Amino acid sequence: MNKPGDFNDLFQTLSWSEIKESILSKGAVDVELALQKERCSLEDFKALISPAAIPFLEKMAAKSMATTQKRFGKTIQMYAPLYLSNECQNICNYCAFSLDNPIARKTLTDQEILNEATILKQWGYDHVLLVTGESYKVAVPYLKNAIRLLRPFFSYISIEVQPLEEAEYRELISEGLSAVLVYQETYHEDQYKTHHPKGKKSNFVWRLQTPDRLGAAHIHKIGLGVLIGLEDWRTDSFFCALHLDYLEKKYWETKYSISFPRLRPIETGANEKKSFASFMTDRELVQLICAYRLFKPEAELSLSTREQESFRNHVIKLGITSMSAGSKTNPGGYSQPSESLEQFEISDERSPSEIADMIKAGGYEVVWKDWDKALHLPQPVI
Amino acid sequence: MKKLIIAGKEFSSRLFTGTGKFSSSALMEEALVVSGSELVTVALRRIDLQQKETDILAHLTHPRINLLPNTSGVRNAKEALYAAELAREALGTHWIKLEIHPDPKYLMPDPIETLKAAEELVKLGFIVLPYIHADPVLCKRLEDVGVAAVMPLGSPIGSNKGLRTIDFLEIIIEQSKVPVVIDAGIGSPSHAAAAMELGADAVLVNTAIASSADPVKMAFAFKTAVEAGRLAYEAKLAPKTNMANPSSPLTAFLND
Repeated sequence: MNKPGDFNDLFQTLSWSEIKESILSKGAVDVELALQKERCSLEDFKALISPAAIPFLEKMAAKSMATTQKRFGKTIQMYAPLYLSNECQNICNYCAFSLDNPIARKTLTDQEILNEATILKQWGYDHVLLVTGESYKVAVPYLKNAIRLLRPFFSYISIEVQPLEEAEYRELISEGLSAVLVYQETYHEDQYKTHHPKGKKSNFVWRLQTPDRLGAAHIHKIGLGVLIGLEDWRTDSFFCALHLDYLEKKYWETKYSISFPRLRPIETGANEKKSFASFMTDRELVQLICAYRLFKPEAELSLSTREQESFRNHVIKLGITSMSAGSKTNPGGYSQPSESLEQFEISDERSPSEIADMIKAGGYEVVWKDWDKALHLPQPVI
Repeated sequence: MKKLIIAGKEFSSRLFTGTGKFSSSALMEEALVVSGSELVTVALRRIDLQQKETDILAHLTHPRINLLPNTSGVRNAKEALYAAELAREALGTHWIKLEIHPDPKYLMPDPIETLKAAEELVKLGFIVLPYIHADPVLCKRLEDVGVAAVMPLGSPIGSNKGLRTIDFLEIIIEQSKVPVVIDAGIGSPSHAAAAMELGADAVLVNTAIASSADPVKMAFAFKTAVEAGRLAYEAKLAPKTNMANPSSPLTAFLND
């Protein structure tokens, strides 16, 4: 149960089409005004993601770079995803882990988790993101065990799993969980139902209320995002920015990060691949990254290996503060290559050390460790 | 230039520095050496004791540099105490820069938790330097519980806006029995010089050096600005006036 007054209350008062209309109606003057401000409002954000801002992209990039360097210095943090399981009882029509996708399923054992951890440690990682599908096998007891196993190796553990209850989050936080990524995928309620026809994930509102439950559980960091390619990215991104703004005011002790997953081709068994029409150009992705930076100078902006080499090389200076490298999106992928199928194809296949060299060559410092287990004492479970 | 003494320890340099935001550890080291700084703060969360040789600490070994671990990242007094103990064990120093900012956005120090933690840490034998708002009453309360210095902010951390809290800093400097180190918001050497002229005992600078285009040159600029400001303070600035001071028209009739 969510406490009264969560994001859904605010969300239900808004109209998708009106917001889309108001973004498209922004003009050059609105963009120029937004670029003059030290702190941008939600209306400024609309202007910055509007088509009217495209001619101002170079200016936006310059301001985004300066704002990022002022807040974060010339540093890029590194994290690695660790896929624990691809078993899933949801049907999501863009995901290779979807229940109806006939692929080999795998959930890592304790020993397999430790094997994966050993390799990530050798590569230098200290921040790890645990990923699963949604199934009874990877419910809270499994996650709790995984965090217990991994805590001695990593100082910052995040998860990207099914939405949980507030009490369950508290339980995992007491085990050493620091951050939770929960993307709404799309804020378009009808489209959401089309893309998630079956399974617990089809409950739009339950997912929408998840960051509120995380904030109430006093999590250290919440990661938000939309799956770019499901709906109009501008309107979806506005809702995501609104969500961030709402959360930041209400759960003021929590940090926030934004990710920019663009849909990638997935394998649907028997050498078949499903591709998605790309709804967002590289230019537009840079626009969105810069718009977020100008809107929230303190937000962590994260870019995964979904994006291609040359794009990632250039974009590190424009607002991104966190990156993964050498990622495997199949459970066991680091220690037993290609034994089970991937969630999506990665585009940047360079190793962590190659990425680190690229970042250093760009005049930036690679930060592997920016947290210490000692800093957050386990909270008592209420 | 008079030496600065904090908790019985002498410092020739009144410029304290930070270690964040540099584009490489080697550049950080070079800038810190040029700055002449003798007290360098480092976040416990950035230290990796398992990888000592590649870690930030490997670049902080200059004999002049004393490490001042900070508790950045903690959200309350309890976490600060734990982090301070860990820093003492890991770095072998009982000096601690106490930073408690539950707000990750503006990193505003929490006065209530800071006072609580300071009191406990002093009892545990730490030399405590708390980062706080420019709040004169809080400074006195911290002094009462035994902190070694107070570190009020000049403006929001990382903002480079200078001494926006100047009216309160003046009161703090006037009243304080412990050294006053102005800690956040100093964005240019002129701000640092102004703080020293005001009578601050030292300043702590990080972003303005680390995020400049040439951190090494900027470190030297700050070194000289802090020295100039301090010398000016010791030499006592001539009073300010807008006009020449000729005769005394109101009291000229007095001739006895």
